[in-house]
Amino acid sequence: MENIHSFKIKELLNKYPFLDSFFKNNTLKISGKEHLTLRQVFAEFDEDTLEDMGVEPQLFIQQITEFITQMNTFLGKDENKVKSVTILPGNDKSGNIEGFDKLVIKQGEIISIVGPTGSGKSRLLADIEWVAQEDTPTKRKILINNDIPDKKWRFSSSDKLVAQLSQNMNFVMDLTVYEFVELHAESRLVENKDNVIKRIIEKANDLAGESFEPDTPITSLSGGQSRALMIADTAILSKSPIILIDEIENAGIDRKRALSLLLSEDKVVLMATHDPILALMGDRRIVIKNGGIHKVIETTDQEREILSTLEEMDRTILAYRTKLRSGEIITKI
Amino acid sequence: MNLVTVSGPPSSGKTAVILKTIDALKKQNLKIGVVKFDCLYTDDDELYKKAGIKVKKGLSGALCPDHYFVSNIEEVTQWGLDEGFDILISESAGLCNRCSPYIKDIKAICVIDNLSGINTPKKIGPMLKSADIVIITKGDIVSQAEREVFAARVNMVNPAAIIMHINGLTGQGSFELSTLLYDETVQTNSLKGMKLRFPMPAALCSYCLGETRIGESYQMGNVRKMDFEEK
Ligand SMILES: Nc1ncnc2c1ncn2[C@@H]1O[C@H](COP(=O)(O)OP(=O)(O)OP(=O)(O)O)[C@@H](O)[C@H]1O
Ligand SMILES: Nc1nc2c(ncn2[C@@H]2O[C@H](COP(=O)(O)OP(=O)(O)O)[C@@H](O)[C@H]2O)c(=O)[nH]1
Ligand SMILES: [Mg+2]
Ligand SMILES: [Mg+2]
Ligand SMILES: [Zn+2]
Repeated sequence: MENIHSFKIKELLNKYPFLDSFFKNNTLKISGKEHLTLRQVFAEFDEDTLEDMGVEPQLFIQQITEFITQMNTFLGKDENKVKSVTILPGNDKSGNIEGFDKLVIKQGEIISIVGPTGSGKSRLLADIEWVAQEDTPTKRKILINNDIPDKKWRFSSSDKLVAQLSQNMNFVMDLTVYEFVELHAESRLVENKDNVIKRIIEKANDLAGESFEPDTPITSLSGGQSRALMIADTAILSKSPIILIDEIENAGIDRKRALSLLLSEDKVVLMATHDPILALMGDRRIVIKNGGIHKVIETTDQEREILSTLEEMDRTILAYRTKLRSGEIITKI
Repeated sequence: MNLVTVSGPPSSGKTAVILKTIDALKKQNLKIGVVKFDCLYTDDDELYKKAGIKVKKGLSGALCPDHYFVSNIEEVTQWGLDEGFDILISESAGLCNRCSPYIKDIKAICVIDNLSGINTPKKIGPMLKSADIVIITKGDIVSQAEREVFAARVNMVNPAAIIMHINGLTGQGSFELSTLLYDETVQTNSLKGMKLRFPMPAALCSYCLGETRIGESYQMGNVRKMDFEEK
């Protein structure tokens, strides 16, 4: 790849199909010039035209080489197998060492994180995302697969360790559901795109109360539908092995199903929450106090029974909400 | 002293990110100053002052702020050295999408936001393409999918950059950025003789110089006409 400028554009595109969008995004006009080499293409433009296009040949060659390397690594590698994430103790805000030896979170586990405002829940999530190596205010250390993590987890844009389901569920793009998922699928270079897109829309419809069509504009989805689409899309298309959730609201989606969809895709789920139902849906919960991990509690059998009761109560409350919304008068509990 | 140049489209979150990052840097006992370049108006200097940060501002008026930047950055650097800063951060709004204030061997950061639309990365030009670090803000108001698509587009125009996500409101990610800014072994004492990463196009036409009348006979210098023949 040293002599990338001596390949014909045609040959480059054949060898690396993903370069098509690279050329488009870098505003180098190559149509009609496929029979030329990059060097010849540059020579065709005078300096002013290149300046106009914002193209600087030397930088361009550097960037295209880097891009090819990245994409080849990305395509060549099998799945990002993250089987476990280990947290080694740091200190709380007063400098006291956290009271646990090590905390191992395994693929397929749901961990909830609870604690008062300002206690350090977000910091813990950020430590994981940054794969902290005793270089954050908490001095925690994060291991992946019980080993010192690869640097790529910090800086690669295609290999993020963590995907985050945002609290906010607005879409800003002006696209249909299908186009939107397609765009995402293309950026992840997935094979058999159409199947994947179909599956995502199906799963999203499973999660949402009211169904929507592939040609519905994303901006006209309801809150529940948007959230359902986001969760299905993240579960299936995002390569990140860890999913962080900041409160899945009740907004018209089946939370239990949402979590099981994420788990069926081999994710680790970490969920900061104030909602007792969500907190108890975790296999374990981390209690944060004064910046430190105060306790790690395994959800007990008794708690699971209580969870069922809480869910029953939740459904009752929802039923009342529906009644009030439709104009009924409530006469008994 | 370390000099760090921060650039990006208006309202992309430059000030928000710089303020949060300085919070993290201050905890390492580093002395930090800011210089803000803009065109007609800015009240960013007030925001920096309020946060207890020494700040200088420069308004370029009718000139391209990036051209104005290059003409003044050496003096600004001397000011920073006199003040004894460990880090001097420059903030400038990229307005013409064609210029960028980045200097070879001086750390260059571009701030761009998720809301600006997925075709923005390819429109921005050298300000994005030749940055060392690209910060993407406002991830809190878009979906994970949109964040991933946007980051992929940024990566496509600048594959060599470190791409980071920062929330300018909560500061999430700013601690991480702060770890990349200061390098004790780097001592910038003067910029004399250093070079811009990208040439700034000459924009000198008669209108730059105050001409207001319309018509070919008033047009001098670097004038370019639209092509109406093109199909
Ligand atoms: N162990 C620690 N040592 C020093 N600082 C810490 C520690 N843990 C957290 N902090 C700092 O405390 C502040 C509050 O923490 P954080 O934002 O994580 O709280 P939170 O639990 O997410 O609060 P909320 O419920 O309001 O979102 C942050 O500035 C964070 O960096
Ligand atoms: N929601 C959200 N708003 C942000 C974020 N970053 C910045 N902002 C807001 O965007 C606006 C413009 O930010 P500012 O820092 O002034 O942009 P600048 O012109 O690039 O310096 C301000 O109102 C900020 O509060 C972010 O990550 N999320
Ligand atoms: Mg928080
Ligand atoms: Mg600003
Ligand atoms: Zn300019």
